[in-house]
Amino acid sequence: MTTTPQDARAEPTPLAPGAPRSGTTFLGLPTAPRGVGHLRGTQSFPDAARTALRDGQLRANLGRATTTIRGKRAAVVAEVPHWEQLRQAGKALKAATMAHLDEHLEELERQVTARGGTVHWARDATEANRIVTELVRATGSDEVVKVKSMATQEIGLNEALEAAGIEAIETDLAELIVQLGEDSPSHILVPAIHKNRSEIREIFRRTIPGVDPGLTDEPRQLAMAARTHLRERFLRARVAVSGANFAVAETGTLAVVESEGNGRMCLTLPQTLITVMGIEKVVPRWEDLGVFLQLLPRSSTGERMNPYTSTWAGVTPGDGPQEFHLVLLDNGRTAVLADEVGREALHCIRCSACLNVCPVYERAGGHAYGSVYPGPIGAVLSPQLTGVEDNASLPYASSLCGACYDVCPVAIDIPSILVHLRAEHVEAQTRPTAESVAFRGLSRVMSNPRLWHLAQRAAGLGRFLSRGRPTLPAVLPPPVSAWTRTRDLPTPPGKSFVQQWTEEHRR
Amino acid sequence: MRVALFATCLVDTMVPQVARATATLLERLGHEVVVPPTQACCGQMHVNTGYRREAVPIVANHVRAFTGAEAVVAPSGSCVASIQHQQAMVARRAGEHALADEAEALAARTHELSQFLVDVLGVTDVGAYYPHRVTYHPTCHSLRLLRVGDRPLQLLRAVRGLDLVELPGAESCCGFGGTFAVKNADTSTAMLTDKMANVLSTHAEVCTAGDSSCLMHIGGGLSRLRSGTRTVHLAEILASTEENVSPTQTTAPAVPA
Repeated sequence: MTTTPQDARAEPTPLAPGAPRSGTTFLGLPTAPRGVGHLRGTQSFPDAARTALRDGQLRANLGRATTTIRGKRAAVVAEVPHWEQLRQAGKALKAATMAHLDEHLEELERQVTARGGTVHWARDATEANRIVTELVRATGSDEVVKVKSMATQEIGLNEALEAAGIEAIETDLAELIVQLGEDSPSHILVPAIHKNRSEIREIFRRTIPGVDPGLTDEPRQLAMAARTHLRERFLRARVAVSGANFAVAETGTLAVVESEGNGRMCLTLPQTLITVMGIEKVVPRWEDLGVFLQLLPRSSTGERMNPYTSTWAGVTPGDGPQEFHLVLLDNGRTAVLADEVGREALHCIRCSACLNVCPVYERAGGHAYGSVYPGPIGAVLSPQLTGVEDNASLPYASSLCGACYDVCPVAIDIPSILVHLRAEHVEAQTRPTAESVAFRGLSRVMSNPRLWHLAQRAAGLGRFLSRGRPTLPAVLPPPVSAWTRTRDLPTPPGKSFVQQWTEEHRR
Repeated sequence: MRVALFATCLVDTMVPQVARATATLLERLGHEVVVPPTQACCGQMHVNTGYRREAVPIVANHVRAFTGAEAVVAPSGSCVASIQHQQAMVARRAGEHALADEAEALAARTHELSQFLVDVLGVTDVGAYYPHRVTYHPTCHSLRLLRVGDRPLQLLRAVRGLDLVELPGAESCCGFGGTFAVKNADTSTAMLTDKMANVLSTHAEVCTAGDSSCLMHIGGGLSRLRSGTRTVHLAEILASTEENVSPTQTTAPAVPA
């Protein structure tokens, strides 16, 4: 690997120009660089969410979509009697793979190379974009068709290609909707989940050349319009870019699972295929797919099996792409691997079940997270890839309700990682904040019974603010105002229970 | 049995009647209740806000306060979950291995109220009377960390006079989440709004749960809307008997605030 662990005290390398100071709590490994890709938002989560929460259309669209997919998932998961064992098998396979990730990646490289493919190592988004751009340029083509891929969204590949005069055409229906609407994805599996049918019709009517002006919002009509639009592009495409759901080290096989068949078109028709894959996607053995291909579709689309599963290894003369490039992307993943609590986030198979059950995601929507990885998994993955200080509000964007952990097909303990990252953020501060002063003071008080009883008496004095009413006034200074703006606080009692009890039992 | 009551910092300071009801209930069931006077907090708020180092002395105080207790009971799923899942972890991370071992041993003897009643004492009918229409909100940590399952419902079904009505979307978080309610007040309020809509759709007079923190959140919202539906902790319902009910069908708290 090009990214080997460095001296524990090493300064952030020049490869990560904006690498945050918290990088030093890792092993000094580079995080995803600033200024490229889509892992950082422009606003903190609370600010972005505040705007999103006022969007009634968004709330309705998300509420409907997540409720439907939650129900479908629950039904098909309940059909599998050994689901919990499967889940634990998935978790164990991922943990074992991560423990020897370097070896599996090198084996993958050998096998892909032996089958006529070329492997490229990209330490970050900038390198990956440069590699892909050069490969496309070398073919002489000025357009590529794309299979839906989180890795290429993460690195901002489409923008990089555009800057080089190469048009990237998204062929996944939802990704196409996002691209035509000049929007950004808001969900890992359903990037246009924030749009409803009539909004999609409006986008198609305005952006698809030659579309029937009488297009309705009937799903079949919308799908047919997209199909006609895309068919022409599939047939003329000479280069395709994809991601990968899995890569099997022992056979050099790449795998993409999908629903629409657009992926199959991209993976088979063009002359050149370029696959960009996060290094955590490798599995050691072919048989490992047996576990993950059961876990993934049920968790993600709520189907027993996804309609299309494409696997390929290198190139086959006379059949499919004759040139195959695999770009292995780090972009902060090795830094995540160095954190013994946080590394579990790398086990993610991008099913998005955690998004669909998350009460925060359901209301705030994916854009509020500011990263291509929204929802609970995004709240643990994005801050680790960028360094926690660059996404410091995300670990707090959760009520720690635990619904994500329950549905995760590889049992990632997301709530524990969220709590861990909150601590990483707190411990990365070099200056005291109002919050840290308060919490440190409270820690002293709560560990000393005498001080604690004094503090409780002081809190009890708050009852005089109520002037005999059962609740405290609604207008109180910050930070209490953040509570009292929308909820009443009960009038505190004159005496705590422990105090009352102790006095009664002293007699 | 001699039961040490952990009131929890929030109940002790803000809603002491919940701890009192827990003590009343346990005594009525024939157990001796002790309240260690040096107890304060389990440390959950510190851990969950990122102050895991600062939580260690709080954990140490908790372990000291309950040293020697045969069984500890708390009227909170969330605090018991923190005791069982977090206390030893933060102590160990800070290198305090002896404290971690003690915390682990204490955690094994610490029970959430409904689990203590059903699993340890083996009772579901605690002899309570509460003639009201009640809906039950399963709080996230009792549901997903402690897996209390339907134990609170078993207890509520055995309460005479109580009309238990199912809460739609019961398993959705109410939006409290500790400091989440303040740091992400808008999202928290949006979650609360949907929870309140479900509570109000049941036409229940009372929304109950096993955690005063979540109840303070839901109750604070319901109170602000002057909805008339109030929140009452499970312990208060289970502590209530015929003596607490007046001829006008109002139920005074089993114990005064």
